[in-house]
Amino acid sequence: MRAPYFTRGTLAVLAVAVIGISVYLGRMTLGLQTLTNLNDQWPWGIWIALDVATGIALAAGGFTSAALVHIFGRERYHPLVRPALVTAMLGYTFAVIGLLADLGRWYNVWHPILPSMWQGNSVLFEVGMCVMIYSGVLYIEFVPIVVERFKGRVHLPGVLRALNRPIEGALRLANATLSRFISVFIIAGVTLSCLHQSSLGTLMVIAPTKMSALWFTPMMPALFLLSAIAVGFPMIIFESLLSSRSFRMPPEMDLLSRVGRIATFTLGFYAVAKVVDLTIREAWPLAFAGGSQAVMFWVEMIVGILVPLALFASPRVRNNPGGLFVAATLAVVGVAINRLNVFLVAYRPPFSERSYFPTFYEMLLTAGLVATLVLIYRAIVMVFPVIAAPHGTANHHATAESDRRAA
Amino acid sequence: MSLRRRDFLKLTAAGPVALAAAATLPASAQASTAPTESMDDAFGVLVDTTFCIGCRKCEWGCNEANDVPRRARTEFDDKTVTTAHRRPDATAYTVVNQIAAPPETPQPVYAKVQCMHCNHPACASACIVGALRKQPEGPVTYDAWKCIGCRYCMVACPFQIPGYEYAKALQPRVMKCGFCAERIVKEGRKPACVENCPNEALTFGRRRELLALAHQKMVASPGRYLDHLYGETEVGGTSWMYLTGIDFARADLPPLGGRPVPELTEKIQHGVFKNFVPPLALFGLLGLVMVSQRSGEDGGK
Repeated sequence: MRAPYFTRGTLAVLAVAVIGISVYLGRMTLGLQTLTNLNDQWPWGIWIALDVATGIALAAGGFTSAALVHIFGRERYHPLVRPALVTAMLGYTFAVIGLLADLGRWYNVWHPILPSMWQGNSVLFEVGMCVMIYSGVLYIEFVPIVVERFKGRVHLPGVLRALNRPIEGALRLANATLSRFISVFIIAGVTLSCLHQSSLGTLMVIAPTKMSALWFTPMMPALFLLSAIAVGFPMIIFESLLSSRSFRMPPEMDLLSRVGRIATFTLGFYAVAKVVDLTIREAWPLAFAGGSQAVMFWVEMIVGILVPLALFASPRVRNNPGGLFVAATLAVVGVAINRLNVFLVAYRPPFSERSYFPTFYEMLLTAGLVATLVLIYRAIVMVFPVIAAPHGTANHHATAESDRRAA
Repeated sequence: MSLRRRDFLKLTAAGPVALAAAATLPASAQASTAPTESMDDAFGVLVDTTFCIGCRKCEWGCNEANDVPRRARTEFDDKTVTTAHRRPDATAYTVVNQIAAPPETPQPVYAKVQCMHCNHPACASACIVGALRKQPEGPVTYDAWKCIGCRYCMVACPFQIPGYEYAKALQPRVMKCGFCAERIVKEGRKPACVENCPNEALTFGRRRELLALAHQKMVASPGRYLDHLYGETEVGGTSWMYLTGIDFARADLPPLGGRPVPELTEKIQHGVFKNFVPPLALFGLLGLVMVSQRSGEDGGK
């Protein structure tokens, strides 16, 4: 990438990040009451629904693209794997950073690792363990990219010169080891993703009496997994189009409109599953009962599922960068609305005296985390060989080739 | 990416190894939550709201016995607060509210609210580190030292009982009635609220005895009580049970079915992780797909 890191846009994002990080530090020193609207009736807010639940869903492109290319052998989509991997790696990292802000005793976050505290009945325990292990897998999958960038090119200056050889050796060792076992990590990553993407949907199954039947279903784990798979590809499109615009490269329309076609099927499958579930449970009357829950239900169904589905299904839209971007954005927003609905809108505590709406601080922190993620993503793709230049330039071939060798 | 059949052996071998550490999870962790045997021989309390006079002495006893902000004795003399719909929170593990008044009923009706100490507590099933536990003696206890502060227990509780110390930056706790566990198990005493009750509205004893007593009462004075003992079957049974003469829902006792609240999530979890077979099967299946794709490609070359 031969673009300047700082542009007017980057500076705006930086401002949001700085404000968000300040709020984050404030939260860590002040406790939850001062900055949030969380209370005994509403123990969870947008930091769980957006930062954690939506963050992890939107990182699903990492495992769906890995499965598509490495397991199902669709080599055509190879250029998408690395951007999706970096997105997933950062997405999971920031989901955990966001979670820490929400945890009352964030410094105890490591407790679930201790065998003496293992709690196999807890859905959250499984989510926590899977997310932790999968984050590790994502970092391991990133190592070949680091190796490719620096192997044979470690030239530290001055006193650090002594470290050149050991670092070079470590890179070679990592390369040799990983090239043998990377398949195991890729399959483990897909398995772990299926497990915790669905288990995130099991979380609210524990509160049947507090949940609106518009969302509460024993099928929630299946719907969460399907929606994660459905949003994985739109997220890849969304990012790719933003990246090529930002780095002034032509959009990879040839590849992306094909991905859009896949999204038609994954999103369509999710939509059908959702409709069938609502029909079997005879929950439709609630959708016409009025009230904020019904409104949010229709916003999710129409804006977040049906419209993007219709757009993806149209070849004319798919082949147009603007149309494809709108479709992908709506699908991404749709999953965010679904997670907000499941964790907050559907939740009605029996003795609630007031309802929850996030404070400005809660929103600033969430925005700040997204902004920081974007800044780090930009830095990574400028330093490491992540985004393949389109139309078979040398860079593209080198990347794909070395990946193939590494695997 | 190339993967030969020889490598597949390694792969299938490495899969279980990678997951081996986690494979022991369900077995070891299952034992740590709700005991599956009957809780009838464990301790419980029968609340008879028809005997409650709303004196708030239970609140006072609770305040003195627990690690909550201490309140002056005289504060509990103020009976006017009972007409507000108060809920237990981080500063009070129990509150007593007036739920009906003349002319609707001849005398005001009061009901005490606190943790029900479910036989199969959703909070304990939800807890990521086993900080909340159903003790074999009956109480659902909280170990703040383990807690990470995720508040999933609060999401899970069907009675909306646990409060949280949101104001604290360090060491905030989940706050709920612990059934004076130390006191009843180790010291052989009654819970503080029961000890302070002047009017036999609260009866402490073995759950089996309380069930008998409650049914005896219902038979003896059918006009006094609804023909239902709340907590006998609700959410799989609770250690605290209620007799009232007016609608339970007004006493903050929501209509709940007879199945334990965490039954479904536990079924899903243990189904998905049954002896770790499903995850390993998925792993193996994906491996097979990968190998067949590769070998197909190799053959084509």
